[in-house]
Amino acid sequence: MDNLQTYLYISAILFSLGLYGVITRRNGIAVLMGVELILNSANINFVAFARFGGMNFSGQVFALFVIIMAAAEAAVALAIIINVFNNLDTVNIDDARELKL
Amino acid sequence: MNNLLSISLFWPELVLTATIIIAIIVDIFSVSNRTSRVSNYVIIGLLATLAAVFLTNHSPTTLFMDSLAFDPFASFVKSVVLVATLLIIIFTRYSNEFKGYHTGEYYALLCIMVFGMFLMASAIDLITVYLSIEVVSLMSFILAGYLKNNPRSNEASLKYVIYGAFSSGIMLYGLSIIFGLTGTTKFFAIRDAITTLDSSSNLALTLSTIFVLAGFGYKISAVPFHFWTPDVYEGSPTPITAYLSVAPKAAGFALMIRFFNQVFVDGDSLSTLGWYADVSFAWPEILGVISVATMTMGNLVAIQQNSVKRMLAYSSIAHAGYMLMAFPTISSEGVFAVMIYLVMYLFMNLGAFFVLIYVAQIQGGENFEHFSGLGWRMPIVGIVMTIFMFSLTGLPPTVGFIGKFYLFVAVINAGSAFYWIAFFGAINTVVSLYFYMRVVKTMYLDGKPSEEIVVPPLSITLILLVLAVPSVFFGIYWTPILNWVNDSLLFFVQI
Repeated sequence: MDNLQTYLYISAILFSLGLYGVITRRNGIAVLMGVELILNSANINFVAFARFGGMNFSGQVFALFVIIMAAAEAAVALAIIINVFNNLDTVNIDDARELKL
Repeated sequence: MNNLLSISLFWPELVLTATIIIAIIVDIFSVSNRTSRVSNYVIIGLLATLAAVFLTNHSPTTLFMDSLAFDPFASFVKSVVLVATLLIIIFTRYSNEFKGYHTGEYYALLCIMVFGMFLMASAIDLITVYLSIEVVSLMSFILAGYLKNNPRSNEASLKYVIYGAFSSGIMLYGLSIIFGLTGTTKFFAIRDAITTLDSSSNLALTLSTIFVLAGFGYKISAVPFHFWTPDVYEGSPTPITAYLSVAPKAAGFALMIRFFNQVFVDGDSLSTLGWYADVSFAWPEILGVISVATMTMGNLVAIQQNSVKRMLAYSSIAHAGYMLMAFPTISSEGVFAVMIYLVMYLFMNLGAFFVLIYVAQIQGGENFEHFSGLGWRMPIVGIVMTIFMFSLTGLPPTVGFIGKFYLFVAVINAGSAFYWIAFFGAINTVVSLYFYMRVVKTMYLDGKPSEEIVVPPLSITLILLVLAVPSVFFGIYWTPILNWVNDSLLFFVQI
């Protein structure tokens, strides 16, 4: 259990779940949850590589920065979604289609 | 260089930080007429930053324990970004889209974005790469949705935040795999580690590079990471659209140039013209395909647009494709051409957007029909817009021609393996002639020539001339830009 491969598998599974969530969900908040999963899968990678690869602390430092950035991003994204909800009465990203693709 | 010594070469960023703080404080303590007051302080602060960029001279080195590079190339990109920002602040003051909104913090957000782009221009560590891209992205999400009560602006920021967060997540996963393969986050250490990797790691390396490309490609809106661009550009306030199409793209290209030329080549220097390097895997082919796809998609869809703003959005995708053309050559000549194009693109694209802002105010819309007969009603605007359209197409004697000329020369000089890219580039230029000339045709041949002539106010005329005169002048006499770019083509390189 306590080896690099296990952690890489877990992170790959998390990444795939996040990707799946982003692609299939139409609810803006659910899409953001998918993105959070992707970010955390990368975090697991960083920490696992730093722990088992015999590397210096830069992996852990990177993970810390990512956590901070993810928090900031979630704050901005939720603010935008609340604003969209106030104006359009929906958080479904497919309903926001005033701009044609 | 250690942290304490680095401060002395960090002056531009320090002045910029002071500007941000002053903008926030002035915004808090001013009661009436806030907008123009804050923007005055910010303009002074950005001019001081520009002065600091030019005055901070040192031989190429690294700052803050090898996380940022200090070299003429970074200073070049910083100046381009600053000039674009100054012009955008002036555009904002003449735009009526912000009526009824509190615009104090708008300028502070713009300055924070500039700070992020400064870091993008000089990042040589995966941590700074990720952080700088995120800082720029977060600020652009907010600015794209700045018109809180406008559903189109809301929708633009929603789409932007979803695509942005998603592609930066993908990029981060790629970065984590590169970190795992090489055991370091520093560009030059990664380069050394990659050369010692055995072939079993090739798949992981290629895959992770494509993941990283998702983040970069999103920043410069390259196909297939461009889906956000048209909607975000159309929904955002027009000054922000103009800004997003120039400044973050310049910073994104700077980041890509550094990443691909310093991580994936064995070369020792990017400092002299005519330098070619060996690459450790097939990224030139990948980038060549992306370049051709980007310009073709941008031009073909731009043809079908009815809104000039949306047409300019697709045209900016196409221009990103033209600039990408020079990447696969892996020569310093290609980098040189991209740098020249960035300067030329700044004038012509911002000029076209400013005409759009002004026309939308006078005519009440941004579609082609609002431009009909405009050349006769507003002669100055008509002539200036014609110059910008010629320039965006790449016809002489405008800056667009010079920019394209150097791009094509770089591609042709790189050898017959790259002729196909130049071939598609030439075809695309011809295609783009159609929709740029459609604007000119609408302005002069459609609609009834009206008797009354509208002369724009002096200030507007002045801004139009500030953008149009260089567009022609540098198209005839471009030696100053050539010299500046040549002096700036010096990278920090660790051997």
